[in-house]
Amino acid sequence: MTKARKLGREVAIVGAGMSKFGVFKEKTTRDLFVEAFKEMVSSVNRRFDPKEIEATYIANFSSDIFEGQCHTAPIMADWVGQIPKPATRIENACASGGIALRHGLIAVASGLFDVVLVGGTEKMTDLPTEKVTDALAAAGDILYEVNCGLTFPGLYATMATAHMQRYGTKVEHLMKVGIKNHRNGALNPKAQFNTSIADLMKSKQDKARETGKPVPEWEDEIAFLKDDSANPVIAWPLRLFDCSPISDGAACLLLVAGEIAHNFTDHPVYIIGTGQGSDHSLPERDDLTSLVAIKEAAHQAYSMAGVAPKDIDVAEVHDCFTIAEILAIEDLGFFPAGQGSKAIDEGLTRREGPKPINTSGGLKSKGHPIGASGIGQVVEVWHQLRGEAGPRQVPNVRVGLTHNVGTTGGSGVVHIYERRD
Amino acid sequence: MSNESFTSAEFYRYLGRNEFMATRCNACQKVFLPPRPICTKCFSTDMNWVKLSGKGKLRAFTCITVGPSFMVSAGYDRKNPYCCGIVALEEGPQVSGQILGVNPREPDHIKIGSPVTLEIIAQGEGDSKRLWLGFKAQG
Repeated sequence: MTKARKLGREVAIVGAGMSKFGVFKEKTTRDLFVEAFKEMVSSVNRRFDPKEIEATYIANFSSDIFEGQCHTAPIMADWVGQIPKPATRIENACASGGIALRHGLIAVASGLFDVVLVGGTEKMTDLPTEKVTDALAAAGDILYEVNCGLTFPGLYATMATAHMQRYGTKVEHLMKVGIKNHRNGALNPKAQFNTSIADLMKSKQDKARETGKPVPEWEDEIAFLKDDSANPVIAWPLRLFDCSPISDGAACLLLVAGEIAHNFTDHPVYIIGTGQGSDHSLPERDDLTSLVAIKEAAHQAYSMAGVAPKDIDVAEVHDCFTIAEILAIEDLGFFPAGQGSKAIDEGLTRREGPKPINTSGGLKSKGHPIGASGIGQVVEVWHQLRGEAGPRQVPNVRVGLTHNVGTTGGSGVVHIYERRD
Repeated sequence: MSNESFTSAEFYRYLGRNEFMATRCNACQKVFLPPRPICTKCFSTDMNWVKLSGKGKLRAFTCITVGPSFMVSAGYDRKNPYCCGIVALEEGPQVSGQILGVNPREPDHIKIGSPVTLEIIAQGEGDSKRLWLGFKAQG
């Protein structure tokens, strides 16, 4: 573990915006990014001129593969009027967003800039599923890890079997994570799947009725999720509804030096902790049930912030697959190793529970446009800390956390945020 | 100091000759697979290739119905899934591979901890030939 560090000066998030996440046939990364930017600008409730932005950091996994477009940062910066100022792309697979935020944070904390734009964007749905599967697998080690046919869901599925073997976690626990996150996503108009599993079941039954087909009968959501025809296996034990969707979307944040934060807004959200770690590819790890990169990142972030897991009021965690949320809540210290599934059973991570996780719907229901995902998490925590999360609002929120993972934990990044008023 | 090349090209050239190789640090004896060209434990650059037995145990697995293009072109799909897993080799390194000798349609019958033995898998011919690690589970 590295020694505790402090930021050079305070940094606050004073604006945040995101496009809807989903499937947008006629929109490219830049169109989605402009949508996020417009919402961010209108979220700054005091004086702000986009000319004040001094640098842009863009998280983007692979417009190269998805759109045939490399070198995306200057294009995004250009589309929001930031020429000739510096624009830099950050790519750490699914952790690109969190790590772009970290670099924007470092740039402001160092004193190099006072006002920085941090965004993330991805357009994944132009390619057929098979090609998206190839692109996602390329976030693993192509020479030695995924060349045997392991897919991205497959890698998480092996972690699931290891967790099941070691701790007795069951497929029902994974399903309950999905059910919870869809319930939250049903309250989020930005979510790709803006519906609960229960409502989705009903709509499938209604559709069968309308078209005169046999109406499927499911006792409850778990029975629906165990039905091979409604919820096919992708990489056993993970089924379709254990996997985050293929998505298009963008999100962005406005970071400023703490001393000028009140010029922009009455309610700045301060970044009080940042941490980042790395790890070997999955097969080489001694423990398949925990992410070293996240434990390292969390340790750094908690130490910098001077807070403990019990102090976190809301967290957005990287539930690219349902098993990933169970690993996350254990690795972040919210629950002891092996106790994540018990916490799910007891409803502790529900919006109304003592440790609300993924109030936005998580990547599972909100969508996972890779470069945008880590920034989208911050957008939710920013709204929660400002009391602006509408029907999803958790009462009395002061400290929030985001947890963003690249592949199976090759990269891990954690940030902690605080409201002060 | 060895003049050998510790590259992936060399690893796969060995594999093409049915030799399953790892690199070992001559200073601290740590065995690396994937083969590292320097010792990432003690930072010695004195490495050599060592042959592995190909025997190990299954640590974790999955049965995949939606595969990457090269597995789709090998005939795998929803109706014909395949099993992949992570194997702990008896010499220490841990690797991924396709798991053979199991029924991927009955994952409940596949047991973590099962002994496995290397069975190299080849696809294609000539320049497009690719090799990957397969491990056959013992009955």
